Amino acid sequence: MEIKVLFTILLTTILINNYVLSQILGLCPFLGVSKKLDSAIGMGLAVIFVMTLASFITFIIYKYVLIPFNIEYLRTITFILVIAALVQLVEMMIEKFSPALYNALGIFLPLITTNCAVLGVAVLNINSGFVTADLGILKSVVQGFGGGVGFTLALLLMAGIRERLELAPIHKNLIGLPITFITAGLMALAFLGFSGMKI
Amino acid sequence: MDENKKNIFVSSAPHIRTGESVRTMMWTVVLALVPSTGYSIYLFGINPVIIIASSIAAAAAAEAVYQLIMKKPVSITDGSAVLAGFLVALNVPPESPVWMPVIGSFFAIIIVKQLFGGLGFNIFNPALSARAFLMASWPMHMTTKWHKFMGLNVISPELENRFDLPPAVFDAITQATPLTVLKEAPKILQEYNIDLNRIYDVVFSGDMLKALFIGNRGGCIGEISAMLLLLGGVFLLARKVITWHIPVSCIFTVGIFAYIYYSILGYPDPAMGSIFHVLTGGLILGAFFMATDPVTSPVSGKGMIIFGAGCGALIFIIRVWGGFPEGVCYGILLMNAVTPLIDRYTKPKVFGKKSSTKEKKG
Repeated sequence: MEIKVLFTILLTTILINNYVLSQILGLCPFLGVSKKLDSAIGMGLAVIFVMTLASFITFIIYKYVLIPFNIEYLRTITFILVIAALVQLVEMMIEKFSPALYNALGIFLPLITTNCAVLGVAVLNINSGFVTADLGILKSVVQGFGGGVGFTLALLLMAGIRERLELAPIHKNLIGLPITFITAGLMALAFLGFSGMKI
Repeated sequence: MDENKKNIFVSSAPHIRTGESVRTMMWTVVLALVPSTGYSIYLFGINPVIIIASSIAAAAAAEAVYQLIMKKPVSITDGSAVLAGFLVALNVPPESPVWMPVIGSFFAIIIVKQLFGGLGFNIFNPALSARAFLMASWPMHMTTKWHKFMGLNVISPELENRFDLPPAVFDAITQATPLTVLKEAPKILQEYNIDLNRIYDVVFSGDMLKALFIGNRGGCIGEISAMLLLLGGVFLLARKVITWHIPVSCIFTVGIFAYIYYSILGYPDPAMGSIFHVLTGGLILGAFFMATDPVTSPVSGKGMIIFGAGCGALIFIIRVWGGFPEGVCYGILLMNAVTPLIDRYTKPKVFGKKSSTKEKKG
């Protein structure tokens, strides 16, 4: 039963509530790093990693620090601080322990430390009522992981499309970000097909 | 387009010349759609004629105006704008207000096609994007303006109540299009305390499948007669405007998924379920006429099969679990977004090179 719930959370965050295309979060890396497929893959992996980790840490901080001291109103600032510090720490560790991994996703880590999608995952985990739920921490981590996978999916699709758009005779006022925004809008329109889905 | 062609015209020893061009291709597709559209007009009356005419006019006008403003050569005679407008009209219900497909055509031509650089550069299928856009903007118009045959019945005038259902239930069920029945019927049957599985006996019955195949049913203008649409599809295959890969893999995937799904549900005759899913909704229209758009589908045969299978899987998933009764439009649009990636990873191996994806790096 629990497995089914976790699977539902995973699919929901990847497809139905896709962080980029349904909730319109994390647009800056989505537009900034989608020019080339290779860097999009690295960025996607970094986001999956950070979102999963951030879900885990912020859940513990919220449940065992903020709630006992009745300071839930400090949620946003705490989460930003904790995520930023955590990601910087992880980045330094990866650089020392595994230079290959650092080259693959290390350069993208500073970009997303204070990204709104990452903060969004942390806040939505709390808002989804996982704090009081059974196995809440597992659900948060799954939701964070799913959010990262959904972000990566959108990023990869966009990178593929943008590599094709390089060759198109687009009007000079639309080249670059404008046409990317229009493409993102059309992609969101296509993702509407998943809305209201019951799994 | 013609000027570009002159520039790349390199000739040596006698080549086989063909009259095939964008223009003949587009008009062939329009021609292939004529029989099924004619049948819809016969069935629904004058309203579809007005919708189709105004939609085509709007698409052609949008293309011409945009190209005049941008000082590009006006290319409405190549038929691509006409085809886009035609397909938008085929994707709306027959009783929808005329302004709706007109706005859809503007959206299709200007936002989805021309802003991306015009014919050959659009990422998403214009007509289907327009349908998704109309669906998001005016969902009530898009899902309730069906043609009513007799009383409130939209399924089939000849489908009689042979299923021992109370007349009230039968009427309630037949007010919806077949795919909506699958979503709505459980609620209706629950109200009357009837076993839920009875609905499958109705929609998967031989009578129903025959009605769907011939076209005795309601629905969007273009999706009515599976038989005539298949005829048009075969015509396109014979004229080599499309290849078999996408339609066959798409329809086959939907059929297989339906068979597996209804086997798991324990329905005694899952084959009927898969035939129902193939014939109903816009699947045949979408698989033959819209998924095969050469601009928005992969280039290689292998890529096309992946594309078609992906469309089929997404269509079935959205039909059964999604919030919308029909998933053809969204399934194809989602696979349009994946097309550049499919193209990238199904590139044929270059002779003498070890890996075709490796050399692209850097």
